[in-house]
Amino acid sequence: MEANSANKTLVSRTKDPLASTRRLRKFKENAPFLLMIFPAVLVVFLFNYLPIYGVLIAFQDFMPGDKILSSSTIWVGFENFKRFFSDPQFWPLMKNTFLICIYGFIIGFPLPIIISLMLNALKGKKTAKFLQTIFTAPHFISLVVLVGMLTLFFGRYGLVNNIVAHAGGERYSYFLETSAFRPLYILSSNWQDFGWSAVIYIAALSNVDPQQHEAAILDGATRFQRVIHVDLPAIMPMISVMLIMSIGGLMGVGYEKALLMQTDGNLAVSELVSTYVYKRGLTGVPDQAYATAIGLFNSIINVVLLVIANTTSKRFSENSLW
Amino acid sequence: MAKLKKKNALRDTVGDKVFYAINAFFLALVALIILYPLYFIIIAAISDPDAVLAGEVVLYPVKLNFDGFVKIMQRSDVWRGYLNTIIYTGLTVILSLIVTIPAGWALSRKTLPGKKLFMIYFIIPMFFGGGLIPFYNVMRSLGLVNTMWAVILPSILSVWNLFMTKTFFESSIPNGLIEAAKIDGAGQFRIFASLVIPLSKAVIAVMALYYAVGQWNSYFNAMIFLQDETMYPLQLVLKEILIASESTVGGSGETILQQYRLANQIKYVSVIVSSLPVLCLYPFVQKYFAQGVMIGSLKE
Repeated sequence: MEANSANKTLVSRTKDPLASTRRLRKFKENAPFLLMIFPAVLVVFLFNYLPIYGVLIAFQDFMPGDKILSSSTIWVGFENFKRFFSDPQFWPLMKNTFLICIYGFIIGFPLPIIISLMLNALKGKKTAKFLQTIFTAPHFISLVVLVGMLTLFFGRYGLVNNIVAHAGGERYSYFLETSAFRPLYILSSNWQDFGWSAVIYIAALSNVDPQQHEAAILDGATRFQRVIHVDLPAIMPMISVMLIMSIGGLMGVGYEKALLMQTDGNLAVSELVSTYVYKRGLTGVPDQAYATAIGLFNSIINVVLLVIANTTSKRFSENSLW
Repeated sequence: MAKLKKKNALRDTVGDKVFYAINAFFLALVALIILYPLYFIIIAAISDPDAVLAGEVVLYPVKLNFDGFVKIMQRSDVWRGYLNTIIYTGLTVILSLIVTIPAGWALSRKTLPGKKLFMIYFIIPMFFGGGLIPFYNVMRSLGLVNTMWAVILPSILSVWNLFMTKTFFESSIPNGLIEAAKIDGAGQFRIFASLVIPLSKAVIAVMALYYAVGQWNSYFNAMIFLQDETMYPLQLVLKEILIASESTVGGSGETILQQYRLANQIKYVSVIVSSLPVLCLYPFVQKYFAQGVMIGSLKE
């Protein structure tokens, strides 16, 4: 291998007349890879890059059906963005989106780490595997079914209210109340995904060198101390990477689940940037340019957050995404 | 090994024993929190709806009643949704494997011409996208709106899965094997088809499962792209059954109660009927899923 590369530098330095034929032959040998990768390139081009190009309509006065670039295109600069900043919905949307993300993060970030440490510290390895199977199961329930289950438990005629009514209390419509939306949203998300998020930490914990534990035991460390001083440091790099990614997604909560949970009663807190984009852009009288501008604004915030998180992490530790 | 274990056991202090006990207790509690809602759905589905509504069904089924299952059997929209979902999921899996596996292999090769550029090309969409409206417009100009391809095609490649496949190939296909095949005169396609694929059953299984579950559970693309109700996948039909009624049921107290009585039983049953295939399959394929996450975590 080394001889080969040394040979290569020699070849390029002496301007071997055969170099170009050699390169051609090498290219011919590896050209099949281009064919193998082509379908993926095409799919990403169609469904990821063409929409990025389509973002241009955020700077236009655009009617559905217009061409993105033509002689009749009306460019309006940042007009659509300015409209959004002065939209009475602007601050409520920002607040709702930020709060649901930050609360979700505060609960959802440490939970899988704690669970993975607990599972790892369990005595029976078989029991740990079994529990892990149970914990990951809800991940495979669809959002529609999850929200359906929420209504079956917390709806006006759901389990909780049925028990309350049975005990002589008043029925309470959690789904029609603003105060219940965030707890329901966040707790159900965590119920569904903490086990799945823990898998990555569990995998990292299984690679901890047993000798480290042996040494700690000899030093008289209790099991709990070993969790804090051996296990936790071992997954720290993974935690940093996950932290950077979560900060990058801090304003990026999607519309799929929130849309399913929205009712007229909770709209004041359940309307998020992403659901607003959907409604303004695809329902009623669509205002596509406006909706695209809002979406673009939001994804730029996310990229900026990601870059800040990554740079900060790079400065204070050796962990970073790039 | 057994000896070592015994030694450790002897060393357990009282404090350690308390720690183990508390740890086990809380984990059992978490397991209960996960399992109870699922258990309740099952007992509620086979109980008398009046008993459920009266709050009597909490720990075990009351007055066994299978009307809900009979009613679901009679709903043609559910079965049509089921069939549609099976078709969409099957096609998604086949196409996604055709797109993801060869591309993952090519990306894992150092000799791929322009490898760096391809990497950047695939990484950018992980962090930045055009958003919903431009995506919708692209689908419309491609003529995919109101066809099943609008549901299938955007789901046949996830860049995450692509990188996971790439990492798998990098870490688990021995380089010597490939070199040997090359010396024997095998071309790249030949190597891929008869050497790499048979060695990659694990990653192929994981990818098939990821894409299948993703498609089985998705509703949003179908909701915005399909207008024809006969094309609705199961999740969209379920959305009507499970969620629409929460805010739309009207009328006076008694009739509302009556409507809920009937609607809720159907809901419990439909949760079971729709999640059954995935949840039954899950324990068997669980190890592959976990494996998939681990493949992904082996980042460079």
